[in-house]
Amino acid sequence: MTTVTYWTGDAGTAKSETLFQRNMKLFASSRLSMFFLFITLGFVFMAIAAPLIAPHDPSDADLFRRLLPPAWMDGGDWSFPLGCDALGRDILSRIIFGSRVSIFIGVTVILVATTIGVLAGLAAGYLRGWVDIVISRLVDILLGFPYLIFAIALIAMTGPGLQNIVLALAYKEWVIPCRVVRGETLATSGVEYVEAARAMGASKSDIMLREILPNILSPVLVVSTVRMAHVIILEASLSFLGLGVQPPMASWGSMVADGRSFMLQEWWLSTFPGLAILLLVLSINVVSQGLRDAFDPRFHD
Amino acid sequence: MKDTVLQIRDLKTCFDTRDGMVTAVDGVSLSLGRGECLGVVGESGSGKSVTFASVMGLVKNPGFIAKGSINFEGRELVGLDPKNYRKLRGKEIAMTMQDAQTALNPAYTVSNQIIEVLLAHDETLSGSRKAQRRQARQQALEMLQLVGIPSAETRLDDYPHQFSGGMRQRVMIAIALACKPKLLIADEPTTALDVTIQAQVLELIADIRDKLGMSVILITHDLGVVAEYCDNVVVMYAGQVVENGPTGAVIATPQHPYTQGLLRSIPRLSDLSRRIEPIKGTVPELIDLPDQCRFMDRCTRAQASCRDLIAMQDCGAGRQVRCIAPGLAGGSDV
Repeated sequence: MTTVTYWTGDAGTAKSETLFQRNMKLFASSRLSMFFLFITLGFVFMAIAAPLIAPHDPSDADLFRRLLPPAWMDGGDWSFPLGCDALGRDILSRIIFGSRVSIFIGVTVILVATTIGVLAGLAAGYLRGWVDIVISRLVDILLGFPYLIFAIALIAMTGPGLQNIVLALAYKEWVIPCRVVRGETLATSGVEYVEAARAMGASKSDIMLREILPNILSPVLVVSTVRMAHVIILEASLSFLGLGVQPPMASWGSMVADGRSFMLQEWWLSTFPGLAILLLVLSINVVSQGLRDAFDPRFHD
Repeated sequence: MKDTVLQIRDLKTCFDTRDGMVTAVDGVSLSLGRGECLGVVGESGSGKSVTFASVMGLVKNPGFIAKGSINFEGRELVGLDPKNYRKLRGKEIAMTMQDAQTALNPAYTVSNQIIEVLLAHDETLSGSRKAQRRQARQQALEMLQLVGIPSAETRLDDYPHQFSGGMRQRVMIAIALACKPKLLIADEPTTALDVTIQAQVLELIADIRDKLGMSVILITHDLGVVAEYCDNVVVMYAGQVVENGPTGAVIATPQHPYTQGLLRSIPRLSDLSRRIEPIKGTVPELIDLPDQCRFMDRCTRAQASCRDLIAMQDCGAGRQVRCIAPGLAGGSDV
């Protein structure tokens, strides 16, 4: 084949990288974000390796250790660094095992909700018509309920338990990514490359999943991290109210609840799990903030 | 007479808007022979793009084809079911979009975008999915070389944002041509490019047209481009064809006052003393238009009988014009 070559001075020596990769580099260049990403990953590691790193069995009760203070206080014991609770269980071990519940629920709910939300949002934004009307009204209705009351009502009906918490939270959580994706899809479906894909014979599902979706992933990523922090707080709230995971399984929310009658004297019962919630949620929030800054073109340059 | 690839008869495309029925394309007829290049000119809002969106079956809600027929290679396209239409698009009729800056998906490398089209349409690819991909990649490389991308091998895996505007236009043409379509609709392929690149891209299209024997429709508002590259020309105004015929003849002796006006409004470097004469006024609103001549409000030769329904009339040598007083003030001065 003969080649017609026109020189345009565009030698293209730059290494191939997508906008996504460029933004991730930008994210990585922020020390604050990386520090908190490190802490977040530390929590994840803690959750995965809980049986290996916890010094004690989290449900091993011993009334002789009842309300044992943290190690650095009078009467403390270095084999129970953060002290023991009212049943003599090691608080550090319970916090380590409790991270499993928080992170499992945070990740699962967000995965389920984001998947549903993205698909529903794409369908509403691209197909329009009655699909859009049905999905958007459903979203409006669900947004009309206060979140926690909605979840409490659902759990009251289905009973507590890990699976039911995931369902109760995901049941409403999907509307948030759905709204974001619908809006982004509306904006993106008018762009020429979508039209060009249609002109080249792409099917509707091709256009939604292959043309539009890769281009709207950044806001989805940002929203899902923000919401993950939110879901973790909600799980803690449910557990605090006794609607979360059931004893003897350890959960940060229920630990805070268990310690609240000892709050004035034995403050360590509630404080340490409370700090764990604070630190994890703070880390995730800072990371999501960093992601947003990196992906929002207005912050560039 | 060469065989006809595309024949549009009395096409009428409407948009049902809140303000009333907008007839964006009103009774357009045209035909295109194999290997031929047809220029479609007209200012913004004249219905050029909608006409060919109708051909592609890409008229969006609330638009619809009210009547008429579009015959492509003996097949009727009006009312064709979506599935068959999809097989046709990209494979037999390809279209390049106006704006090359946004017409490539930023999330994929250019090779990926060509390969996808090939995998979707090209039946000559054989073997496992992986083998097909390899063949498609080879073809993608050939297409990029064909459209004159320098060092195509290394640029295959670049993303669109790493290409300049002219190069993106070439990539888009490469995608459109990947399946060797019988008809290429190029919607203002050069509007966003600077003049030197314009000529290259148009040369390229003409070149490939000869090599692949495809027909080309060049939608543009630049009569200079048409004069250079098109065999025939169709001039559209307010949703109607006002004049058509062989390019040379139409440009030498334009019959319709609108065509004459268009030619007079082209700036010329060779004659700086001549002033550009713009056509006064704008294209009329396309809502509830009366059956009169649509150009009469802007026409210097308007007369009472222009208020009647004006049909296309033959004026010899394969030319037609929609005017009751064609010719006059001929094009000799342009």
